Amino acid sequence: MTSVWDRVEPLLWHVEKPARYIGGEDGSFRDDKGPDAVRWLLAYPDTYEIGLPNQGLQILYGILNEREDAAAERTYAPWSDMEAAMREASVPLFSVESTRPAGEFDVLAFNLSAELTYTNVLNMLDLSRIPLHTSERSPSDTVVLAGGHCTYNPEPLAEFLDAIVLGDGEEVVGELNDVVAAWLATPADRRSRRELHVALANTEGVYVPCLYTPRYEGGVLVGYDVDDEAPATVDKRTVADLGEWPYPRAQLVPLTEVVHDRLNVEVFRGCTRGCRFCQAGMITRPVRERPKEQVLEMVRNGIERTGYDEVALTSLSTADFSGIGDVVAALTDPEQGVKEVAVSLPSLRVDAFTVATAASIQQVRRTGLTFAPEGGTWRMRRVINKLISDDDLYAAVDAAFSQGWRRIKLYFLIGLPTERDEDVVAIARLAANCVERGRAYHSKASVTASVGGFVPKANTPFQWHEMDSPNELHRKVALLRQEARATRGLDIRWHDPDATGAEGIVSRGDRRIGAVIERVWRDGGTFQEWSERFELARWEAALDAEGLDLASTALRARGRDEMLPWSHLSAGLHPDFLWGDYESSLAGDGLEDCRWTPCYDCGACTTYGIEHVVAATAPPAGGSQGTGQGLDLTGPVTIELGTTRR
Amino acid sequence: MSDTPPGLSSPVLELPERLRLRYSKLGRVRFTSQRDLARLMERAMRRASLPLRRSAGFSPRPLLSFGLALPTGCSSRAEYLDLRLDGESTTSPGIRVVDAGAIELASLDRLCALLSAMLPDGVDVTAAAALHGPEMSLQEAVASCDWELEVLGVGPAEAAGRVGRLLGADAVMVTRERKGREVADDLRPSILSLRVADRPARVLEGLGESVGIDASVSTRPRGVRPGELCRALGDQVTLLGACRTHQWMENEDRTYRAEPLSEAGVACVGLPARTEVLGG
Repeated sequence: MTSVWDRVEPLLWHVEKPARYIGGEDGSFRDDKGPDAVRWLLAYPDTYEIGLPNQGLQILYGILNEREDAAAERTYAPWSDMEAAMREASVPLFSVESTRPAGEFDVLAFNLSAELTYTNVLNMLDLSRIPLHTSERSPSDTVVLAGGHCTYNPEPLAEFLDAIVLGDGEEVVGELNDVVAAWLATPADRRSRRELHVALANTEGVYVPCLYTPRYEGGVLVGYDVDDEAPATVDKRTVADLGEWPYPRAQLVPLTEVVHDRLNVEVFRGCTRGCRFCQAGMITRPVRERPKEQVLEMVRNGIERTGYDEVALTSLSTADFSGIGDVVAALTDPEQGVKEVAVSLPSLRVDAFTVATAASIQQVRRTGLTFAPEGGTWRMRRVINKLISDDDLYAAVDAAFSQGWRRIKLYFLIGLPTERDEDVVAIARLAANCVERGRAYHSKASVTASVGGFVPKANTPFQWHEMDSPNELHRKVALLRQEARATRGLDIRWHDPDATGAEGIVSRGDRRIGAVIERVWRDGGTFQEWSERFELARWEAALDAEGLDLASTALRARGRDEMLPWSHLSAGLHPDFLWGDYESSLAGDGLEDCRWTPCYDCGACTTYGIEHVVAATAPPAGGSQGTGQGLDLTGPVTIELGTTRR
Repeated sequence: MSDTPPGLSSPVLELPERLRLRYSKLGRVRFTSQRDLARLMERAMRRASLPLRRSAGFSPRPLLSFGLALPTGCSSRAEYLDLRLDGESTTSPGIRVVDAGAIELASLDRLCALLSAMLPDGVDVTAAAALHGPEMSLQEAVASCDWELEVLGVGPAEAAGRVGRLLGADAVMVTRERKGREVADDLRPSILSLRVADRPARVLEGLGESVGIDASVSTRPRGVRPGELCRALGDQVTLLGACRTHQWMENEDRTYRAEPLSEAGVACVGLPARTEVLGG
């Protein structure tokens, strides 16, 4: 393989942020492996500064490079100025470490963490000069893989990927390396891609879409014709003990500023809070905690090695970590702790105890504090199983303002199932009450309410539910802004409802969406996560050209017996559990956290013969969810379906 | 954390309270910005457990004072950085802050090696010295810089012709955007010397041969960036590389000059003529 650095270098004078393309991070890999090692190129389909911190990619990078028979480098989506310069100078997509062309690697593996990056995946394949569609690739072409949270509905990208991994990648990445190495051992003129596909499909947790042919009747997906040599369903991979995987061992320290530019240590994976809208919480079950001693060791070694002055203890809800008290005490100890280092908890639970924990560790810098009540009313929060009372929120907010924070950020969703206008305007009222509480402590107390549009995702209880149209979400945003106008110190921010609509298309659609994504890409629609680059009209035109529309691909409700595009792919959750939880939701019934209450058999543990790994037998202090607090704070919940629809 | 600070073995490293460092920025890392470089330095110093004095206030930052910014993409063999250590700090048992007169050269060499090991490839601390006397910021103190440029697009003869015309011109106007408005500036007063250099050309596939140009530019009335010099040389000329080779402190009539910190580790903390003028 040959470096294209001499051709890249002259381009770097003329592009924005050239440090995106030079690698050189502390912790990056220099290829010293033998010729038989499988060469992987791990790709994140967004800019360097968004993609570099991705922990999933860095974990696989570390694991692969520790193997004798594998070598992994990285690449990111070049920004439009660089893309134009590369195309003009005929420079292909290249790795940041050795500037080698992507097409010369054996494997190109994408991390899929956000659906709107899919057009960038196509653009990167094109820049790599790898044939776009799996069906067009020859035995000598690079093997194209993908993994990450979005793969629970991979159908929209099915035509472009050789194989897709479901679930945790730590173990399966080595098995994939073995499969590819064995296939590459046969000369290209004597091997076939089908042999590779069959071998991949028989690796647990790996979905090979070209072996599953969708069948439609009257424009509706009714099933898949499965190749004789592929399994009927694919189950996700789950690592039983996070303690066996202390990765990334050497987190990459970039030369230039990136998002989440700090040391990140994952304290547990999975979440059983059971928020029904949350795909991450559903697909990553069960909860697997990292031993607290290992957390401390990873923090101390990481700080010493990287020189970072901030460490984030990451998970889906870090205050729920059994060892949080001990870890915080150890890290803030004046003698033995990490000095002049800020410790942050990116996902705070909404309660005063959590704020006290945050206050005790954020001695160095105190910037903003974020809570996610998600719904404006108690009724709404019961529907989504985010069981925080108004009083929980106020107690948390009081604690935060009294501890010296002056700015609070609140996350909400609109477009949730059964939502009425009163639930929407309640968001503004709740946030206004928080501002008022803050004023008791600081005259300039402020609250930012960030409002996202809800997309019902695969493998969640809401997967069958209909989704608000962009117009309906625009109307709700307007309502909310109207209501918030009178409150000084309250800032409402909202995600573009049009982008939510497009996210619905690629999250909920079937294989026919592949052609739509291809059209959007060919029309110039890259970087769709970036609001300045996004236009819904492009997506609507592409849908139209394919004889599809927004309503039928994204918005409409699905019946219990309907074949969902992802029906053959499992995150371990029993469909009966999901449907039952959906019905409970519509009845306004909450569901407690099964870490500390009896198992309700969602399937995540039993399917894989594993268990939660939680050090504590009692729920953490503070917080109403999962602690047995009554759920009937406001009397019976009335549900009216369909009354606020369009 | 381990008992001995990272990278340090006994004996204790003795350092002065005020320090000047000289460093180079070569290779791919030159495509990082000045702001990136500042962050890289800060992280390297944290890893070396240097007890940096910090600013007061709600979010204290280490007191690092960089000289003239190096434009993104340019390399350099002569960058400077002043810093202050906190003698009261208890976070760095491996480092003791002592009187500048008691500093041994070996300690400064150890510091250079320690920091270089913790900086990315291409960034190396090449000299360190104690600072004493009146404080003058590097930015104020440096009066001129020398550059080696590498340009593409014209041959050596054509380049020499253009250089001659530029030097013969009364004014060399360039425009740049400042606060959203186009501003025109005359570069000519800042150009002290300019000539085609006798360096071997680089041949780039499909782009032709490079031509070397040496430039010496004043920081007053305003600094000149290599990109601007290149544009002033006219159409077709594009910049391939630029390396700052020297920064100079000078007395008023330009009869005496010295580097803020020489490769040999000698720091210039002020020039007599300049001090006189400032005093008068």
